[in-house]
Amino acid sequence: MNTTWSRFNIASIVLGFAFLYLPIVILVIFSFNASKLVTVWGGFSTQWYGSLFRNQGFLDAAWVTIRVGVLSATVSTILGTLAALALTRYTRFRGRVLFSGMVFAPLVMPEVITGLSLLLLFVAIGLDRGFVTVTLAHITFTMCFVAVVVQSRLMTFDRSLEEAAMDLGATPVRTFFAVTLPVILPAIISGWMLAFTLSLDDLVIASFTSGPGATTLPMKIYSQVRLGVTPEINAACTLLIGIVALGVIAASIVNKRREVQRVLDEQTAQRGG
Amino acid sequence: MESLGSIRRSFAPWNDPAAKPYIVFDGVTKRFGDFTAVNNLSLSIYEREFFALLGASGCGKSTLLRMLAGFEEPTSGRILLDGQDLRGTPPYRRPVNMMFQSYALFPHMTVESNIAFGLKQDGMPKADIAARVAEMLKLVKLTQFAKRKPHQLSGGQRQRVALARSVAKRPKVLLLDEPLGALDKKLREETQFELMDLQQNLGLTFVVVTHDQEEAMTMADRIAILDKGEVMQVATPAEVYEAPGSRFVANFVGNVNMFEGKVASRSGDAVRITGSSGAEIKVVNAGNAAAGSTVAFAIRPEKIKVSSKKPPNGAGNAMEGEIYDIAYLGDMTVYHVKLGDGQIVRASAMNASRVSEDPLNWNDKAWISFAPDAGVVLAD
Amino acid sequence: MADTAITGRAPATTAEIRRQGGILSAITSRLVILVPYLWLLIFFLIPFFIVFKISLSQTAVAMPPYTPVIGVSNFFSKIGELNFDNYVWLTDDPLYVNAYLRSLLIAAVSTFFTLLIGFPIAYGMARAPATLRPTLLMLVILPFWTSFLIRVYAWIGILKPEGLLNQLLLSLNIIDSPLIILNTDWAIYIGIVYSYLPFMILPLYSSLEKMDYTLVEAANDLGCPPLSAFWKITFPLALPGVVAGCLLVFIPAVGEFVIPDLLGGSETLMIGKTLWNEFNANRDWPVSSAVAIILLLLLVVPIMLFQHYQAKAQEAER
Repeated sequence: MNTTWSRFNIASIVLGFAFLYLPIVILVIFSFNASKLVTVWGGFSTQWYGSLFRNQGFLDAAWVTIRVGVLSATVSTILGTLAALALTRYTRFRGRVLFSGMVFAPLVMPEVITGLSLLLLFVAIGLDRGFVTVTLAHITFTMCFVAVVVQSRLMTFDRSLEEAAMDLGATPVRTFFAVTLPVILPAIISGWMLAFTLSLDDLVIASFTSGPGATTLPMKIYSQVRLGVTPEINAACTLLIGIVALGVIAASIVNKRREVQRVLDEQTAQRGG
Repeated sequence: MESLGSIRRSFAPWNDPAAKPYIVFDGVTKRFGDFTAVNNLSLSIYEREFFALLGASGCGKSTLLRMLAGFEEPTSGRILLDGQDLRGTPPYRRPVNMMFQSYALFPHMTVESNIAFGLKQDGMPKADIAARVAEMLKLVKLTQFAKRKPHQLSGGQRQRVALARSVAKRPKVLLLDEPLGALDKKLREETQFELMDLQQNLGLTFVVVTHDQEEAMTMADRIAILDKGEVMQVATPAEVYEAPGSRFVANFVGNVNMFEGKVASRSGDAVRITGSSGAEIKVVNAGNAAAGSTVAFAIRPEKIKVSSKKPPNGAGNAMEGEIYDIAYLGDMTVYHVKLGDGQIVRASAMNASRVSEDPLNWNDKAWISFAPDAGVVLAD
Repeated sequence: MADTAITGRAPATTAEIRRQGGILSAITSRLVILVPYLWLLIFFLIPFFIVFKISLSQTAVAMPPYTPVIGVSNFFSKIGELNFDNYVWLTDDPLYVNAYLRSLLIAAVSTFFTLLIGFPIAYGMARAPATLRPTLLMLVILPFWTSFLIRVYAWIGILKPEGLLNQLLLSLNIIDSPLIILNTDWAIYIGIVYSYLPFMILPLYSSLEKMDYTLVEAANDLGCPPLSAFWKITFPLALPGVVAGCLLVFIPAVGEFVIPDLLGGSETLMIGKTLWNEFNANRDWPVSSAVAIILLLLLVVPIMLFQHYQAKAQEAER
């Protein structure tokens, strides 16, 4: 598209992003509120950050959440990548339509349905609710997101690279690990991060499938919100946002640097250097 | 056969009855659903040949190459390599290597690692790999680029890496899929000769797929011209040009004039052909054309002489006409001469001297003349 | 390479792969399909059947709180006794029927507003200078990486009677007394639009970015005024993105729980909340299961539409 950036376009973008970021900004500001009341500014203070770190319940929940997140993201990335491979490489196998349906349905399935159904499954097979069940549940609903991300990368992947590898003597398995995987790695990493975030963020499914001793951070925050809020929550949220924002910005900068370097390299090559 | 063209070729195993072909396509057919890409094709390629598969898009040449490499299996027919049927052998077990049109260099590996890839798959010891890689880099003159990654190289450099990678394993057969397509003209010409030298020095059999006639004519020992999945003719470049076997081939390669008519009489190899306007030409190279049959005499533009004066009587066939169009190309001039019956003949002449002895202008009266053996008679 | 455009380069069936690659290849390719397949069968598909089974039983004061209905052994004898009481009760009870209808309505209205707000943003992004676009994309995705729960919670502070919005409007003398937004349907609309906006913007942006703007210029050149050109050319070409975005918002929104719970209060009725309450507050597992099944049935058509769209998008990319 051309770059005639009209007034209307600029206005839409500015207003739109303001709308998106406003609540976040407010949250961050009020995490430094000296007053206990969430909407009346009482002066600048970092006391809530202090009390947050003394709040054992929060810290425990955070630790559970991180463990669930890392474990489920890792397994779900493997499963999601396999599913993406299955869908793009094998166009005719029995039950493909069902498989494809099962991979894409969780993308839109209301969480209450997924949560309830998984809980009933665990009860039916006699698995006690806790860390394991939450992790299994998170793996199940996040693997589909990974599959979508990896699949879209596989679609644009140049198959002649694989053919070249096989032509030079590599078996299909070796070709995958030596050529395909390294090239699609950025997509797989994005998939992992997506799965991790979804796990970190999930309230409904975790509520259904978790158990005593495995309270996740969203569950904790939700229970606090119901009871009555203190700006401690704002502090927790701000920290979370800060970490994520730093992560995403850092990734962007690294990516940008790499792009710039790549363009420079190509230009040097063109000039015959 | 007398020496066609201006090159005396000593290497011609296809003429030697004792020589056994190295690659054989035996009745190969390849169908994709309803579409037949290759139709009952048979072809033999000898060791150390530089063989070209030439044809327009969709003629099946790439499919043929991919079947040889192992990426497709023939629907029917056999492909033999050194006497062995390749059916069922996956690409990574064939002693054949391919250079891809898009080069397919592994973007996450250095030039060195790319070249070493095939050697690693064979389990070669590290020291040997390093030595071979160094040898390859020297061959393609890229030694100082060893540690670079593909995106840090220019198009021509990438092509050389792809080449080095594909010959690193010293395969008996190297397949090249439109190897010069992505290069600009000057680079293309240089690389053509480099490829020919490489092939000679390494003693490999090359099979090249191309749609570019010039490329095929320059580099190949023999060319197979394909159309719609079938072989139209397999011959040396000179034979293809000077002795095309069919109208298709005659039209496909270079420019050609066709004099249509019926065989009025025949004596030995010489025939008289009468055109529809009544004009008669006496030519040889008549092949199997029987008296009374409809034929065309195919003759290349540079074999036709154009002059303002009528040529003397013993000088072969002569016809009168008018200069219809002239294209001055610097090294040669192309004349379009309109004959009495309306046919426009294309004749070209090298500008061998700076000042022409017989300059011609548009609408001048002119005579075209050609020797009896200057072309071939085509039956179909 | 026009030739290879016709060739089917991927080994399409496991049979072909076996021919090309030997036994190990065939085993690995079977595994690649089987492992995720089995996982999804066990953890995604089968649970639905369990939910259905539970929905046919009755509440019991027990753990698990339902009477067993059908076991493998008494399958045939019990099938005559299948108990659809729960379903009958649900469809008779106006409360539930209302909840379903309201959920569909709220989701539909929210989807509409999300489209209304999301389209100009996506359009603006697509028309932005090329160097700015990755940054804008990142800015859209960034809130998505921060907690959904947190962002919804933030709106409580903004929308409540003594919240920031009212403070602002009161201080500017635009209103005399605080607007009651929190705990009404409007708060839910705002919540859904806000939370699902990235899901609408991304597919829209993807469609709009691929569009060739010179088509609009050609229309203008031929005498078509800008607004008309938008409806005749831009919108139809962006339709795939519109459809994807709407489905991505509508379907999950129907079953939303967090937003109606935090922002909607006790007056508002959405089926996600109802299911949660049946399950947690009333401990009525069979009824919750029935609620879930009916919700699933309601959403089957949109979900299949979504699958259809995904499959088409896949084909288009090939």
